[in-house]
Amino acid sequence: MRAFVPHYELTTPSSLADALALLKSEPGVWKPFAGGTDLMVLLEAGKLPHRNYINIWSLKELRGIDVTDSHITLGALTTYTDVQTHPVLQSEFPMLCQAASETGGLAIQNRGTLGGNIVNASPAADSPPALLAYDAEIELVSTDGSRWLPYQGFHTGYKQMLIAPNELLVRVRMPRNTRGATQYYRKVGTRKAQAISKVCLAAVAKLDHDQISDARIALGSVAPIVIRCVQTENSLRGRKPDAETIKSACATLSHEISPIDDIRSTADYRLQVAKNLLTDFLTTLRA
Amino acid sequence: MLITFNVNNESRTIDIFPMARLLDVLREQLHLTGTKEGCGEGECGACTVMLDGQIVNSCLVPVAQVNGSNITTIEGVAQNDQLHTVQQAFIDHGGAQCGICTPGMVLAAVDLLNRNPEPSEDEIRTGLAGNLCRCTGYMKIFESVVRAYQK
Repeated sequence: MRAFVPHYELTTPSSLADALALLKSEPGVWKPFAGGTDLMVLLEAGKLPHRNYINIWSLKELRGIDVTDSHITLGALTTYTDVQTHPVLQSEFPMLCQAASETGGLAIQNRGTLGGNIVNASPAADSPPALLAYDAEIELVSTDGSRWLPYQGFHTGYKQMLIAPNELLVRVRMPRNTRGATQYYRKVGTRKAQAISKVCLAAVAKLDHDQISDARIALGSVAPIVIRCVQTENSLRGRKPDAETIKSACATLSHEISPIDDIRSTADYRLQVAKNLLTDFLTTLRA
Repeated sequence: MLITFNVNNESRTIDIFPMARLLDVLREQLHLTGTKEGCGEGECGACTVMLDGQIVNSCLVPVAQVNGSNITTIEGVAQNDQLHTVQQAFIDHGGAQCGICTPGMVLAAVDLLNRNPEPSEDEIRTGLAGNLCRCTGYMKIFESVVRAYQK
């Protein structure tokens, strides 16, 4: 049954400082509301138990993409459309652009935000695998100040994350270290647009004298959170991407992920496809 | 709360709950019933409107977020009784059947041609990927968009 909208509050602060003050004044009472592409779906279905939201959509402090020699920093309200049209993201971070282009359709991409995708904490989200493979960091701010932390480890369990009720995710940054790396992003879903993934893999690796160095692999929809597969990465380091390496990496991956049966797919299918995608990536690396 | 915004170049002020869906405000408060509700969850595109120059699903936009914005609905696509080339092409080439998806399809096509006056086949498919049609099989819609920009 649809929600009764008079029960809901959506207040619009005039600045980031005002938003943070409100989050601090009544801890846990207010939650941020950005592009609405996830929350409005729950509202319409009558499944949005939380009632009080802060409309952060118009906070200019949370927009914009800054590029320095070492990093690219994206405001939490960067939309999927913003991601796809940025020249540095297109040339150096193509996996994030591809993730953005395969999230929903255009109308969703115009409203859905990178920050929202992170704190909505869906294990099937499309941009987090790319962010993990790019070693992204995130900035949380509150009235007490700001802290940067690695995105890896931010999600601690299904819909659980290391953010306090008075904190707001404001920025995401990625090191510009992808030169010479092979990048691979593939989302497997029912159809190209609108679908939620059955399995999604993002991977980056470099070859040094035919040996794999600096492999970073992350998967969506195969665990309670989007996961970085560190054991699989370690199994690849220093090895040639040959058939034997691929076989052992797939074996390690099967222990590292924990796919389930649900409405979109089965555990067996997800495991097999995850291994197929890893194989495809490592084969690409060899070519 | 009081919300003021421009709809089809006309300033409107309404007193409404902030979490009300833009879709419901357009249809029920402003009686602009050209915008349709299909799925109500951002999958089908029937409720597509133009918000500050970008297409959005109006079922997913709380009205508090459009304060001070410019909105174009299907009622604002034709200018002075002159149909937009996309609308005329949909009529001429059978792009509409039951009509529920048509307002959203037309707005997505107008938006696509605004950004990209001569889109490739792939670009047309991507531009309309967020709009579902259960009647036409899409080919007539696709052809209508091609004919619209060839005019």
